[in-house]
This record gives sequence, C-alpha cells and structure tokens, in this order.
Amino acid sequence: MKIITAIIKPFKLDDVKTALEAKGVHGCTVSEASGFGRQGGHTEVYRGAEYTVDLIPKVRVEVVVDDAEVDAVVEAIVAGARTGKIGDGKVWVTPVDSVIRVRTGERGTEAL
Amino acid sequence: MEISAGDTAWVLTAAALVLLMTPGVAFFYGGMVRSKSVLNMIMMSFLAIGIVTVLWVAFGFSLAFADSGNGFIGDFSLNGLTGLVGHLAQNGGQYPIPALAFAMFQLMFAIITVALISGAVADRMKFLAWGIFAAAWVTLVYFPVAHWVFDFGSDTLGGDGAGWLANLGVLDFAGGTAVHINAGAAGLALVIVMGKRIGFGKVPMKPHSLPFVVLGASLLYFGWFGFNAGSALGANDIAALAFTNTMVATAAGVLGWLIIEKIRDGHATSLGAASGAVAGLVAITPACAFVAPWGAIAIGAIAGVICAFAVTLKYRLGFDDSLDVVGVHMVGGIVGCLLIGFFATTEVNALGKDGLFYGGTFDVLRVQAIGAGAVMAYSFGVTVILALILKYTVKLRVSKDEEQAGIDLAVHAESAYEFGESGGGGILAGVGHAGRRTEGN
Repeated sequence: MKIITAIIKPFKLDDVKTALEAKGVHGCTVSEASGFGRQGGHTEVYRGAEYTVDLIPKVRVEVVVDDAEVDAVVEAIVAGARTGKIGDGKVWVTPVDSVIRVRTGERGTEAL
Repeated sequence: MEISAGDTAWVLTAAALVLLMTPGVAFFYGGMVRSKSVLNMIMMSFLAIGIVTVLWVAFGFSLAFADSGNGFIGDFSLNGLTGLVGHLAQNGGQYPIPALAFAMFQLMFAIITVALISGAVADRMKFLAWGIFAAAWVTLVYFPVAHWVFDFGSDTLGGDGAGWLANLGVLDFAGGTAVHINAGAAGLALVIVMGKRIGFGKVPMKPHSLPFVVLGASLLYFGWFGFNAGSALGANDIAALAFTNTMVATAAGVLGWLIIEKIRDGHATSLGAASGAVAGLVAITPACAFVAPWGAIAIGAIAGVICAFAVTLKYRLGFDDSLDVVGVHMVGGIVGCLLIGFFATTEVNALGKDGLFYGGTFDVLRVQAIGAGAVMAYSFGVTVILALILKYTVKLRVSKDEEQAGIDLAVHAESAYEFGESGGGGILAGVGHAGRRTEGN
C-alpha cells in the first residue's frame, strides 16, 4: 500500500475530488496547509504599507491506495490539479506498512 | 426661558449618538489589530467609558465648565452635578435645554477623546497603566483643554469666565482642537515614550478583520451626526448645516483617500475607504457650522488626501503610532482647524467669520493656528511627563513574552476567537477540562 500526498491549489480541490471518485477511490483526508515554493508570495497594502506574504494557502490531500492503483490515482490527481501556471503544487508517494479500520479491526487492503 | 421639548429631545438623542462613537472606535481599532489583541483594543475603549464617566460626574464637568475666571481651568463648584438639576444650560448664552442634558452631551466628548488615544498603543500597553493614564490624562489635559475651547462663559450657575481660546475667537464648533488634535498629540507623546511593538516595520501586522474596521467607521459616521449637529445644542438651522457638512465632507474624504490609494498603490482598499471617511469626519468637526457645503466638500477631500500621505510618515520617522491616531486625528484636526481660515463664511452662520476665500483677513487663520498649536503643545508636553512617570512606576508595557503571545490572553485571560492563528485552537480548543475556582479550601 502507498499513501499519496498532494499539495494543490485550494480552488482545484473539487476537480481533484471528482477525479478521485472517478477512479473508485472511496475516501481521502483533506487539510488546509500553507507553504512556499517557486510561486513566491504576494504583496498586500494597508494604509500605504506594503506587506509581503510569503506563505501561500494550499490544500493537502492524502489518500491511501493499493499498490496496483497508485499510478492511475496519481495521474488522476495531477490531471485534476493542473492549471499549467506556477504554483500548481506537488504530489508524492510514500510506502505504508499497515492500515487498520478502527470500527471493524480489518487490516491491510481490506481496510481501504 | 422655558425648556424646549424639541431642542432637549435632539440634544439627548445626540448625546446617545456620540456615546455610540466610542464602541465604534473600539471596532474601528479592534479590526485593525491582529486577532491576538482585539479584545484589549476594545477593552481600552470600554475602560475609558467607565473611568471618564465617573470622573466627569465627580469633578470633570466642573473643571471643564464651572467658572473660575482664570480662562485655564474651571473650579470645583459643580462637583457631583447635583447643582445642575432644575437649571437650563448656559454656555455663552442660555439654551432651552436642561443643564444636565448639556453635561451628558459633553461627557461623551471626554470619553471618546480618551478612547481615540488607545489606537496609538495597540498590542502592548499594560491595562493598569492604561487605566491610570486615562484617569490622569482626562483630568490634567482634557478637562482644562475643554474649558479653553468649549466654555463660552456665563456658565450654568452664573459668572463669566470663558476659556482663553474661546475668548481669543478660535472657531472650533465640535472639537477639532479639544478632541482630535488633543488625542493625536497625546498618542504621539505616549508612543514616543513607550516605544515600538516587537517586530514593527519587519513583520506584517495585518488588520485581522477589515469588516470590523468598516463597521466601526460606519458607527462613527452615524454617531458623528450627534457629535457635530448636536453641538448646535438645539434643533435648528445650525444643526442642519452641521449635519449637511458632516455628510458631504465625509463622502469627499472617502473619495480623496481612495483616489490617492489607486494612484499610489494601485488598489482602492476597504481600509482606505474607512480611513478616508474618518479623516473627512475629523476635518469637518471644527468647521461644520462655519462653512458652506462646497467648502465642506473641499475640506473633506483635502483631509482625505493629506491623511492618506500622513499615515505613511511614521515608518520614515520611526515611531509606532500603531493605528494612526496622529496621521488621521491630529493631522485631520489641524487640516480642519486651519482650513476654517480659508473656507469660513458668514453667509451660512452670522456667528462665524469670513475666511480668506470670502474676503476675510489672515487674522482668522492666525487665530486658528494659535488654537491648534496651543492644544497640540499642551497635550504633547503633559502627556510626555505623564507617560514617563508611568513608565518608571507601574511600567507602560506588558512583557515581551506576553506581547508576542498576545495581550488578550496575558491581560484579560480571554481569546477573541476559537479559531485562527493564535489564541484559539480550532477543534482542539475543546480539549481540556472545565474547572471552577473555589475559595476557602
């Protein structure tokens, strides 16, 4: 099993979620995140004083899938999140040792 | 003279409107600070209501409006206000309203002047120090200055003894000098003694709630009709003129500030609109009963433009007047006071003067400058001394750790929001246990 972590633009979350559902993914975890990368920050002006805001709001999507589905799901996320402009985000894949469903105690792919 | 129901109703209503300006300031300022200090910002205004009201009844009204004959400060003959009951208001003439109505109307001015100062010291002032400062400042600075400007003699219980600036002929209808220049100069003195916030000029100190700022400015705008039109002390022509000029100068102030922002920064901002409104309101305050509506539009627009530039000066001059009490209230007050020397016209008010644009002489401008300068110098000087005494006794500032963690928690043991960057912990804020402090065990 692998956990796929995607950092995406907040307004692309809906597209990514739709793409995941189309691939038969039954669940994922979404959290708000902030960070910086090549996109850089932006400036805001208050009473003539310029503030550079370095950390940009992003959304982190995490989904655990069976090894066989990893490539397809990653492709779906990338396709859903892409705008082609700087700041579209990153996706990475990490091995997962075990997964347990809390309610039933099922383990491994059964728990997905 | 009999009590006029109409005049009395208007002055009592106006007094309530002016009271509303202080919570208005609390929201105006509260929205501009970070979420970790909004409660302290609001509390400074509310403490001003508490302290100034009690002192006003005890001896403040008497010091401001009783006749001592020295022109500088009143005496203690009207302490407690009981002596006013059953009398008509007298201030440079008799008004058909109860003296108590006049006393309450004037109280609201004293409150908001103190509350205005709090914007300079956001995020860092000990609450005890603020309380002592508010009591001492209103006694040593506001009460005398109100006497100078607002006391036209022949007071409530007889006698002459107008304030020396009123005697000199300074035109200040509703408090450009006594309220705005006074508060601005005090704020400047206080922050010079107190020092900057940690990280000033280095870390972003973004307003945490611009809707609060606009809400506060709107409450101020609404209340200001009481402030200016109420200062006519009657439901009459002058009140309607002051009302009209207040409306149009504020509108022009919004436009003036936004135009400067659009040209200079590229964006017209909501903070700029709220600030421009307040700048226009401040500038028209002394002038509202002495200028024609076109003059009011000019004064408001000029104030909006000048204040939009003035608020950026603190970064170059290196003092942390956190919410621009100096840039908006002192500068706006000076603009309004001096422009009376140009735009005043007896066409609209026979009791006023003619400024330079209406065939008047430089003397009008000279007298206005003396009024503005005297109040500024007195307020600044006394406040510096007061601030230094507090600094070396009770201390002016909270500790560095407390300031960085947020003054709301340190001083009030509360956090404004149960979400957001600090103070609140989102869903984690519900983790813990509820306890009750018990005594005697």
